Amino acid sequence: MHLSPDEIIFWQFGVIKLNATIVYTWGIMLVLALGSKLITSKLSMDMKRSRWQNLLEIVVTAIEKQIEEVGLGEPRKYLGFLGTLFLFVATANLGTVLPGYEPPTGSLSTTVALALCVLVAVPLYGILEQGIGGYLKTYVEPTVIMLPFNIISEVSRTLALAVRLFGNMMSGVMIIGILLTITPFIFPIVMTVLGLLTGMVQAYIFSILAAVYIAAATCTPKPEPTNS
Amino acid sequence: MDSMTIIAVASIVIAGITTGFGTMGPALAEGKAVATALTALAQQPDASATITRTLFVGLAMIESMAIYCFVVSMILIFANPFWNHAIAQTVGK
Repeated sequence: MHLSPDEIIFWQFGVIKLNATIVYTWGIMLVLALGSKLITSKLSMDMKRSRWQNLLEIVVTAIEKQIEEVGLGEPRKYLGFLGTLFLFVATANLGTVLPGYEPPTGSLSTTVALALCVLVAVPLYGILEQGIGGYLKTYVEPTVIMLPFNIISEVSRTLALAVRLFGNMMSGVMIIGILLTITPFIFPIVMTVLGLLTGMVQAYIFSILAAVYIAAATCTPKPEPTNS
Repeated sequence: MDSMTIIAVASIVIAGITTGFGTMGPALAEGKAVATALTALAQQPDASATITRTLFVGLAMIESMAIYCFVVSMILIFANPFWNHAIAQTVGK
């Protein structure tokens, strides 16, 4: 019983290991990139459009509306990053229906990498929006004493993002594995359905939390309301 | 008892207790969250989309506490560094 797909190694050359996480991640990247390229090769603007183009349009407009509802003013600027986060995690978690597939998000390496992307992206978007001085001033926002706590909260938010996604996916895989040895007929299927549901919810949570953190970093503080 | 037995007993007992106690708090909190969400939904049915979405986000945050306890239990059972160290020492002898 292995703890993560990192331990399944397909090919090794000295220090470089080709483990299941890398193989499945590249598989997902291939599916998403090739699929999108094929669908968007013939876009049409009139009423007659292929169903695949409709599907992509639904997905993109839904993500854009969610980003706007979180509070980010111009969702198009952040659609690339946040949309990719959601689509990658959702595809990685949904692939559990395929036999022999292990979600790469069930490995701490993938989730820490994604959380590090968010950790870098939040100051990046904050600086793009408010300038370096304006963004750094948010760290001393209520008082200067809050400076270490703000920094600690940034790091712990990233850690929480990574461990939340990893824990959810790893527990799903492990429960199905354990149940297959105990009651191998109907119950593992029920747990797989539950695993799919939590996978989609976790994908949504990951991207919404990233959007909320970016919104917190890019919102310009409102001036004090004056009593007139 | 030699050190290997102590490490094994401590890991197993604490792994069980961690998951046992660690899931009680989040369960209570999730029950309270769902109850409050249902009350709000009964009072304002047209805000059901917002309430449902916020409920799911809140539930996932609370659930992650139980997941942390589960991850610690799994580490104690399957990826225990002290156990691996003790095994390596026994094999080395």
